[in-house]
Amino acid sequence: MTTTTTEPVELNPYEEDPLLVVDALHTEIMTPRGALKAVDGVTFSLRQGETLGVVGESGSGKSVMGRTVMGLYRSGGNMNVSGQVLLEGEDIQSMTARELRRVWGSKVGMVFQDPMTALNPVKKIGTHLTETLKEHSKLDGKAARNRAEELLNLVGIPEPRRRLDQFPHEMSGGMRQRVVIAIALANNPRLLIADEPTTALDVTVQKQILDLLQRLQAELGMAVILISHNLGVVAGRADRVGVMYAGRFAELAPAKQLFADPRHHYTRALLAAIPKLEQPPHVRLDAIEGAPPNMVNPPHGCRFAPRCRAAQEDCTHVPPRLVPTDQSNLMGHKRHWYACYHPVSHDTPGGE
Amino acid sequence: MMAGSGSDHLRADQDQVLTVTDLVVEFPTKGGGKVHAVSGISFDLLRGETLGILGESGCGKSSAGRAVMQLPPPTSGSVRLEETELTGLSKSAVRSKRRPMQMILQDPVSALNPRRRVKDLVAEGPRIWGKKVTDQQIRDVLSEVGLDPDVVMDRRPYEMSGGQCQRVCIARALMLEPTVMICDEPVSSLDVSVQAQILNLLEQARERLRLSMIFIAHDVAVVKNISDRVMVMYLGKVCEITPSDGLAQRALHPYTKLLLDSVPEAELMDDSEVARGGQTSTELPSPLNPPSGCRFRTRCPLASEVCKEEEPKLRELAPGHWVACHHADDGAAPTRAVIGEEGNPETGLVTEEAAADAATADDRVTDADESVATKAEPPKRAADEG
Repeated sequence: MTTTTTEPVELNPYEEDPLLVVDALHTEIMTPRGALKAVDGVTFSLRQGETLGVVGESGSGKSVMGRTVMGLYRSGGNMNVSGQVLLEGEDIQSMTARELRRVWGSKVGMVFQDPMTALNPVKKIGTHLTETLKEHSKLDGKAARNRAEELLNLVGIPEPRRRLDQFPHEMSGGMRQRVVIAIALANNPRLLIADEPTTALDVTVQKQILDLLQRLQAELGMAVILISHNLGVVAGRADRVGVMYAGRFAELAPAKQLFADPRHHYTRALLAAIPKLEQPPHVRLDAIEGAPPNMVNPPHGCRFAPRCRAAQEDCTHVPPRLVPTDQSNLMGHKRHWYACYHPVSHDTPGGE
Repeated sequence: MMAGSGSDHLRADQDQVLTVTDLVVEFPTKGGGKVHAVSGISFDLLRGETLGILGESGCGKSSAGRAVMQLPPPTSGSVRLEETELTGLSKSAVRSKRRPMQMILQDPVSALNPRRRVKDLVAEGPRIWGKKVTDQQIRDVLSEVGLDPDVVMDRRPYEMSGGQCQRVCIARALMLEPTVMICDEPVSSLDVSVQAQILNLLEQARERLRLSMIFIAHDVAVVKNISDRVMVMYLGKVCEITPSDGLAQRALHPYTKLLLDSVPEAELMDDSEVARGGQTSTELPSPLNPPSGCRFRTRCPLASEVCKEEEPKLRELAPGHWVACHHADDGAAPTRAVIGEEGNPETGLVTEEAAADAATADDRVTDADESVATKAEPPKRAADEG
């Protein structure tokens, strides 16, 4: 029953000249109760212009992963990071603070969840933008201001010139998030990490912001890591999707394949737990019983096993590795990877 | 003031548990203005029925739910629970009369007293009314909400997850044997897997106890899943009341369609689906100074002169389906709203209104946004929480 290939195929993040390589990334946070393994062995790569969606529930490690890739979380203090993050061949984790300041903004930008706290309440919108611009180029005040206006225009803010002299509190949440995006894009980064960029926004505004991100990505050709707890947000927007559970990827696949043909039972269960618009009302939802594991002391073997209906004896010993589906014609980044000994198959759609 | 939404849709001939008529909630602001949180809405609830209230932040859905609970009492309007009129009663009379109505709030952790143990939290309600609560009763209700009494009885809220706390909140409500439950965004702070557990639990309780429920949420699919009828609100007004079955196909009000179009779905989206849209809409006008006539007109693709002058009344366009829109039944109304500046590339449905609308779209962004940002800031509570 176990997928036994004579030579186990490993996910190799270095193939195909990627923009970003994340190799065996571990991020531990020291807590009074022990080391919390927030990210516990994540490997993937990202090509130029590609969008990777990362979904998972709270505590799955998706945000910590994003921040570690960004270099915001590093070894020292109560953090312990191991593994590699290479952006255009440069190791983010071994950079000095000065080097990181050079990379942030010009090579990698970040959009955070809450646009209110991401902006300084006592600085004008224009100051936010020009300080970023001046940090990375020799623009003088006037040129920087003009560029700032261009940027606001780019993210669809009407009357950009007037907006430059406004404070964050004078704008609505959706407009603020546009400003945050403009700041992140100010120096044409190659990679944008968007951590729950629309979670604080209403659905109609959410759609506008996601459309905007998608448009800008196409225009500017950057790679994007889109982190969200909402599968729907990621579904139409990402080329590939990684489903995180308890600090690891349970499944990593091209978006269409993932949603059409999920192999990991966690992915399948997650999809089944979402209420669907097409269903008649009062349909009982297929909930996932139990709760995610405590990451100070995670279970041996597959971390989803305690909640998995298809779990068997062998799931509880050795953690499953990511293996590709047997569609060998799909190479490299197009491959569909999953970490499960008893994957969902079409013969047993329920997985039982 | 007859708020224009009308009350013809109330079903006086049926077994109403709760009847709300002309509910108005206004909050005064520092400058002497008023936030019009809820402006004259009417609805009723039959025994065993679930009414979903759907809308975005600032639409007044939470204010409406709280006003029904008299938290605080509405500015005007009537709330009748069974045979009792709740408005105008003294504080102590309200406390005893509204006992059959219980509320579940959005953030389950802050809804519980952090210093009390689960067993005391659960028994608190009946004890206030001088009833003895046995250990067995507490155990029963905890098992009913899917908690293991032996494990959680002595825990305090901070020792539990959000989902567990929400179960405790539900247990607290159930202890008072309510006939009506008002759930205000009960699952929006929970993860999908836990959300499904709580939704199933609410359904179970409703069926077993024949509860009537008002379910307030911003998530279209969640509301649709749990409700018999859905009431869509926008800026303090009712847009549409419709049976929830087939909501996506039935929806007639342009705002409901906009909401439906904005829902990101995890199901297979083909590329055309994603490409559709463009700049969809502007933002919410200020509840301090709502637009005249139809409040949705500043964002509406169908808006015309009449919308500016005359407020649309709820009209029954199909059995049980009430819509407050002048244009909802114009000719063969397209099933999907024509939104976006370029119209819909696939169907080519670019109405004149939509084109004119697109031309002024930018101006409207500014106006609407500015008024929200600059004026609505002081009465933050009312404006933000809806």
